Amino acid sequence: MPITINSQTYDLPEDNRVTLLDFLRHDLGLPGTKKGCDHGQCGACTVLVDGMRINSCLSLAAMHDGDHITTIEGLGTPAAPSKLQQAFVEHDGYQCGYCTPGQICSATAMLQEIANGWPSDASDSLEGPMVVSGAEIRERMSGNLCRCGAYANIVAAIEDVAAAEDAA
Amino acid sequence: MKPFDFQRADRLEHAAQLCADEGTRAIAGGTNLIDLMKLQVETPQTLVDIHRLPLGRIDDTDDGGLRIGALATNTATAVHERVRREYPLLARAILAGASQQLRNKATTGGNLCQRTRCYYFTNIDQPCNKREPGSGCGALKGVARLHAVLGTSDECIATYPGDMAVAMAALGAVVEIADAKGHTRNVPVRDFHCLPGDTPWRDNVLEDGEIITAVILPPPVAGRQLYRKVRERSSYAFAMVSVAAIVALEDGRFTRADLAFGGLAHKPWQDPRLSALLLGKEPSAKLFDEAADVLLDGAQSYGENAYKIPLARRTLTAVLAEATGMEL
Amino acid sequence: MSAHLKQDEPDTRNVLDGMEQGIIGQPLARPDGLAKVTGTAPYAAEYPVADCLEGVLVTAPFTRGEITAIDKASVLSMPGVVAVIDDERLTARAAQGTAGEAPEQPAREVGYFGQPIALVVAQSFEQARDAAKHLTFDYRADDLDDVPLDPETAGAEPQDGATRQGDLAQAMSAAAHSVDVTYTTEGHNSAAMEPHAAIAQWDGTKLTVHASLQMLNYNIAELADALGLQEEQVRLISRYVGGGFGSKLGISEETVAASIAAMELERPVRVVLSRQQVFQTIMRRSETKQRLRLSADKDGHLTGFGHEARVSQLPGETFAEPVLQSSEFLYAGENRLLQLEVARIHRMTAGSVRAPGEAVGMPALESAMDMLAQQVGIDPVELRLRNIPERHPSEGLPYSSRKLAECLEQGAKAFGWDSGARQPRQHRDGEWWIGTGMASAARVHNVAEARARVTLKPDGTALVETDMTDIGTGTYSIVGQVAGEMLGLPMDQVLVELGDTEFPRGPGSGGSWGASSIGSAVFVACEELRAKLASKAGVSTDELKLKDGGVVGGATLVELLDGEELSFEGHYEPGDIADDYTASGYGAFFAQVRVNRFTGETRVDRMLGAFGFGRVLNAKTARSQCLGGIVWSIGTALTESLLFDPVDGHVVNCDLAEYHVPVHRDVPDLEVIMVEERDPAASPIQAKGIGELGMCGGAAAIGNAIYNACGARVLSFPMTPDKVIAAMPD
Repeated sequence: MPITINSQTYDLPEDNRVTLLDFLRHDLGLPGTKKGCDHGQCGACTVLVDGMRINSCLSLAAMHDGDHITTIEGLGTPAAPSKLQQAFVEHDGYQCGYCTPGQICSATAMLQEIANGWPSDASDSLEGPMVVSGAEIRERMSGNLCRCGAYANIVAAIEDVAAAEDAA
Repeated sequence: MKPFDFQRADRLEHAAQLCADEGTRAIAGGTNLIDLMKLQVETPQTLVDIHRLPLGRIDDTDDGGLRIGALATNTATAVHERVRREYPLLARAILAGASQQLRNKATTGGNLCQRTRCYYFTNIDQPCNKREPGSGCGALKGVARLHAVLGTSDECIATYPGDMAVAMAALGAVVEIADAKGHTRNVPVRDFHCLPGDTPWRDNVLEDGEIITAVILPPPVAGRQLYRKVRERSSYAFAMVSVAAIVALEDGRFTRADLAFGGLAHKPWQDPRLSALLLGKEPSAKLFDEAADVLLDGAQSYGENAYKIPLARRTLTAVLAEATGMEL
Repeated sequence: MSAHLKQDEPDTRNVLDGMEQGIIGQPLARPDGLAKVTGTAPYAAEYPVADCLEGVLVTAPFTRGEITAIDKASVLSMPGVVAVIDDERLTARAAQGTAGEAPEQPAREVGYFGQPIALVVAQSFEQARDAAKHLTFDYRADDLDDVPLDPETAGAEPQDGATRQGDLAQAMSAAAHSVDVTYTTEGHNSAAMEPHAAIAQWDGTKLTVHASLQMLNYNIAELADALGLQEEQVRLISRYVGGGFGSKLGISEETVAASIAAMELERPVRVVLSRQQVFQTIMRRSETKQRLRLSADKDGHLTGFGHEARVSQLPGETFAEPVLQSSEFLYAGENRLLQLEVARIHRMTAGSVRAPGEAVGMPALESAMDMLAQQVGIDPVELRLRNIPERHPSEGLPYSSRKLAECLEQGAKAFGWDSGARQPRQHRDGEWWIGTGMASAARVHNVAEARARVTLKPDGTALVETDMTDIGTGTYSIVGQVAGEMLGLPMDQVLVELGDTEFPRGPGSGGSWGASSIGSAVFVACEELRAKLASKAGVSTDELKLKDGGVVGGATLVELLDGEELSFEGHYEPGDIADDYTASGYGAFFAQVRVNRFTGETRVDRMLGAFGFGRVLNAKTARSQCLGGIVWSIGTALTESLLFDPVDGHVVNCDLAEYHVPVHRDVPDLEVIMVEERDPAASPIQAKGIGELGMCGGAAAIGNAIYNACGARVLSFPMTPDKVIAAMPD
């Protein structure tokens, strides 16, 4: 079965060693997904597989036959950015920009996880209800390193989007 | 990564048959295996993709326990309603580990088989008896910051790095293992991992051709459940020391004290002498100190990891105080 | 046409403040922002280059010695393998910042464990990575007993330039109060999120390399020298750089190796370092051992100031972590002894990591100051205020604009600093002790020669071109804002092109000098453009008021230009002024932490930094630089430490799982105060450096708060739980 990426289908790579990350960046020319460590230790390669965020560096492309993958390129474009993408620009939620696609993919899934009522290590109660608080965002986003140290602005951007969604 | 033959298993028996060959590895979430394959610490000739086998369910057992499928992701387990309500220790332990991205991929079975984070194991230019039997142990004379203080051997001082299994050990969970002939055997989590001894390459009791199919939790018990993980940074870090505890008191005395420890040994560490000491006694600072004496009796440090001995004592004290509501 | 300014005198005209556009300093969103958030900004390894081969470096599994033979055949028959490059020109180390010449060659002479020795090139990355693990070679390795690895025991050389004034020992023994304490700090890695990467293309006469580099103006000379080419034969492109923090100041091994391979194979070659290789082969910040001796009279006025430090470095490298840099001028004290020494050891190269010197020197100094305040019995803020000298304490120079007192006072007020008696263990929340601490910040101000071309197009828009880089610091923004302010253009009418050596040479990004240097070059060009426009408009330059694409109340730029294109290359040079003033950025940090009384874990509850760094060019990106610095302060204080194997000196924790940079959860709400300032001696745009100041002392505010919280005076950074519990009183 082919793999679907941002609504387009592709054949799987011939070399079964190719990770989902290298498949995206190299074979498909979608370098928006970043390689920061290649070992699941930085989160720059975060993509969504059927809506769930994963580290694409630790997954073989060959194991994603039939899956639907969304990358940063699938979330928005310069002409039509997503709300989170816009909020990151407004709040300066980046500096060098290299961890940014991973942060945004991660945040996109994270807001859904909170909406699902899933707990985190920062949750006082495991049984909910779960709230979008600074403490929750910080724990849930901790799989995405930012060496420039834009964390405070990233959290502000996410809080902004969450508040707007809440109001809507 | 070395080239490998990639096979998809459509049935459990088929997967087990394929895995009977030395040099064949089953892959599910892949978060640990692919990491190590890139470093050529793991060099399987064949990978058997089992991630679509129907082993992801989490079901009630007849006796009121819970059967967590080997392919249930860490996330699925941690957010499961009964796990959250009745086995909060397990949910807490899982949520204290790794990142959401990794927990979304990592599976029950894979997490049990997670290999050590010893820096000498993961660096193929360094000696390691676990990776390359007979090559020596780089950590013994090197930097042993992550390393074990209990149950070590001259061959290996690595630790088991996970959190989930520490909670499962304290909960008295059992690992269900199937072989190619369809036979299953059950091994308590506490016996699943091995001590290094003179076979440091052996992490656990799985034989070639065996596949973990589930972990079975016994019916929930009364008591407070706590998981305390001490780490250098506040998230996304392996434990320096961790403590899993299920504690109950009646009339001010311990009626349950099931404890397991992470970061101290090559396996989730349990010591039956601890509950023997605590049961029937009133919590006190002195008693907690005696418990730490028992736990750390025979502990041996290797330079950098000497901190683990006082840290384990202090963390155990903190957990027992919290669990019993004592103000120290 | 070009315009030149060598700054020998303070520029007190404050030209930018007299402009009309009103965008300078404004918190405008970055022009490069949408590209970054949508994943469309291309980083070095991401350019679509047809027919590109993939290279992976092979590294030495021994500490010191020589590769005597490489068996290329051991991998050439492997699938996809095209070549093994073991050219004499392969480099063994990365170039130090501003070297401008090739780093150590040849690579076969090995000086540290993990040094690159060869490059394996294959059709695909997987093929190259696998083959690189299989390359066999012979080597002669020196007996490790003969190889110094431990900075504590290795022979050390004193650095030139020690300060000796008066009699420190005498001052210490005669003092009403004194502190004599030794601090240690551990090695750091820059750990920029983008690993070092290069794609090299050779057309037979010219080499074009997309690389991840901070200082193209120096890098082009380094690469040309390494390869034996003329600079004219080399083009470097770094439009987006995924963080540098010093690690990309000089060219590193992948750029040279990719270039050699591309030239030899006549095909494009990409080489990207693995994260482990970044840790093992680029640069470490040296560990330090620092003795602080402070003596004071009964009121806390310093009478003696001693700061001696030992750092380490590979033999043959001139860089030494400049630990004492700000200690030279920050505080008073007539009797002074400042001496740096360098131990020669065979760990990987030591080099610049964000804020070399102050990043570790200031935390030690500011911890010792906290101990002195405690001894004197005064508020540590007050101790700092009492010791701000009138002139450089040993050189006698005046200070340029200095906002240290304002930062201390405004920061204390905004933080709600309690200036009353300070005793540890006054506040508890369950298992957690809560305490506060503060520290001063200082980071020397540097500027460098810079060129930029500013072109006014007939359509009334401006184009700025320079090979200056934006490594996340906001260069695209501030360059556009300086030009837009001067020329009366909104930001969207100014196009900024960076990171290409075909453009005029900028200063490069490093040492916090980028913004003030390149901003000044743009400023110089714009002054000339304004003069031209004034004459076209028939007014004097001083009278020319430009806004929104035209003369205020007069002709538009399009009309003034009348189809003509106007272009100037601005050339800014630091002048004699550096010899006349002590110029630095200053600030103050305030932190509140909680320390677990059982486990010794420390978490920062809140932190504030107040900084004075001259003119703020963009309040949004400037604040972000400060935030980033504070995050690095947290890492320095609590988590970051390179571990080295005592047997062979290799970096043990060579990945992001075990080298702990702060994560989201480590970073609480942060507050930044930017104190209004113009420093006319710093640069003609009155701006100073800001990228590093935010981490120059902050770790001490956290360490001092740990003491205030729980009474543990930890004498070693980072203050990990093991060290805190060892120092915690019962």
